[in-house]
Amino acid sequence: MDWTPLILTFKLALITTLILLLIAIPLGAWLAFSKSKSKPFLETLISMPLVLPPTVLGFYFLITFSPNSWLGGLLNDWFDIKLVFSFPGLVIASVIYSLPFMVHPVQSGLSSLPSSLREASIVMGKSKRTTLFKVLLPNIKPSLLTGFVLTFAHTVGEFGVVLMIGGNIPGKTKVASIAIYDEVEALNYGNANQYSLILFAITFTILLLVYVVNRKEIKRWWK
Amino acid sequence: MIEIAIHKALNGQKGKMILDLDFKVEPNQITALYGPSGAGKTTAFRIVSGLLMPEKGRIVVNGETWLDTSRKISLSPKERKIAYVFQDYALFPNMSVENNILFAAGKNPDKNKVKELIETFHLYDLRNQKPQNLSGGQQQRVALARALIQEPNLLLLDEPLAALDNEIRVRLQDFLLEIQVRYSLSILLVSHDIAEIHKLAKHVLHILEGNIVKSGSPVEVFTGKVSENTLNVYGKTLSIDRLKNRITVLVNQEKLILDISEEKILDIKVGDLIMLSFSTENTEIYTGIK
Repeated sequence: MDWTPLILTFKLALITTLILLLIAIPLGAWLAFSKSKSKPFLETLISMPLVLPPTVLGFYFLITFSPNSWLGGLLNDWFDIKLVFSFPGLVIASVIYSLPFMVHPVQSGLSSLPSSLREASIVMGKSKRTTLFKVLLPNIKPSLLTGFVLTFAHTVGEFGVVLMIGGNIPGKTKVASIAIYDEVEALNYGNANQYSLILFAITFTILLLVYVVNRKEIKRWWK
Repeated sequence: MIEIAIHKALNGQKGKMILDLDFKVEPNQITALYGPSGAGKTTAFRIVSGLLMPEKGRIVVNGETWLDTSRKISLSPKERKIAYVFQDYALFPNMSVENNILFAAGKNPDKNKVKELIETFHLYDLRNQKPQNLSGGQQQRVALARALIQEPNLLLLDEPLAALDNEIRVRLQDFLLEIQVRYSLSILLVSHDIAEIHKLAKHVLHILEGNIVKSGSPVEVFTGKVSENTLNVYGKTLSIDRLKNRITVLVNQEKLILDISEEKILDIKVGDLIMLSFSTENTEIYTGIK
């Protein structure tokens, strides 16, 4: 059996999750505390991947970044960056596609904290940054863990977006979900079964771990 | 001297309201804000601490201008020497008792001061505990210690004892008086409890729908009388014996049985707050205290 699709899958999931963590913390904090009028608009935009077929996202991504388009051509000619049918393109599409899975837990975690925690820190003269990193984030660890794992698992489970913009290039964009589809098409049910079983076992273990850890965390919290 | 004048339109629970307060706070004593929920007391605290900006306002603390909208001056909460004890204490659950105090102390904490406060507030044995493992009274002591390490020129206490049971409440009232004297604190206190205000505060502002309707000493505000050679004690009516014209009153955790005139007993219901006014000449009982 070829292990590269599985390794590629987990590499993609890990990189996507780490990038999203960096993006989702400031974004989630803004959404949790801002009273701006543009907030519902941004919230809607972030939630779109939840309801949109992945092929829609993949289609627009393809149109926007193909070398024949304005932006894709610019990136290709000036910076020698090819986002379509490449791993970096896959990462960017995955980040957009999994955005709600990271932003929502961070946002709801932060909004569920009593506002007095934040205000107490501000009156003490702490900056917004110190307040976020020293006071708020340490108290929403279960939410951060949930976001981390949901994003990871969701990226592992991607199919439509990857197929649309990544194609099926071995070692570059051929992730496990695509490999399974490929093997089934070629009637290699044995190989498909191996990939599927491994994916099933690993994702099951990750999710189980989270539920067990979060339960302990919550118990410790309320003791 | 601390001068506070604020004006802000609010969207309260009962619709639109104008918060318009103008008062002075004597330094080194406790001034109470008294009034129903939604009267604007907590909003006033948020403005004084710099969390909220009023439309018009002027706050001068010991000669330092914190806010003057006419001169476009508004210090950030960091620049105001203020500490705020929230109604829910707002202790940080991720930090131990000691770290809560150290965090408030800032970058270069005065270790001796921290140690002294931990001892004064009887927190030494609890210093490594997380706040959520402490009782309400203990949490309140941590919140006060954390406020004092900031060496505030003005200390805001938003119903600091409301969530505690009666016995601890009385003990902490005594403790609060003790530290107020010890650290010469200027305190603004929000309270619903007349007995508590009477015990703690020298001055009280009665606030209704955003305005000060009465101000003065607690006796002046709550009974309309000026005290001279008198001691006023509040108590809760526990039972009424109409045959013997006697009532039982709970005063400072002690039961007190009082003989009372026939017409006065008709005014009293079980649970009512009454005030006993002991003067050098005689003892008066006031009913109908709200």
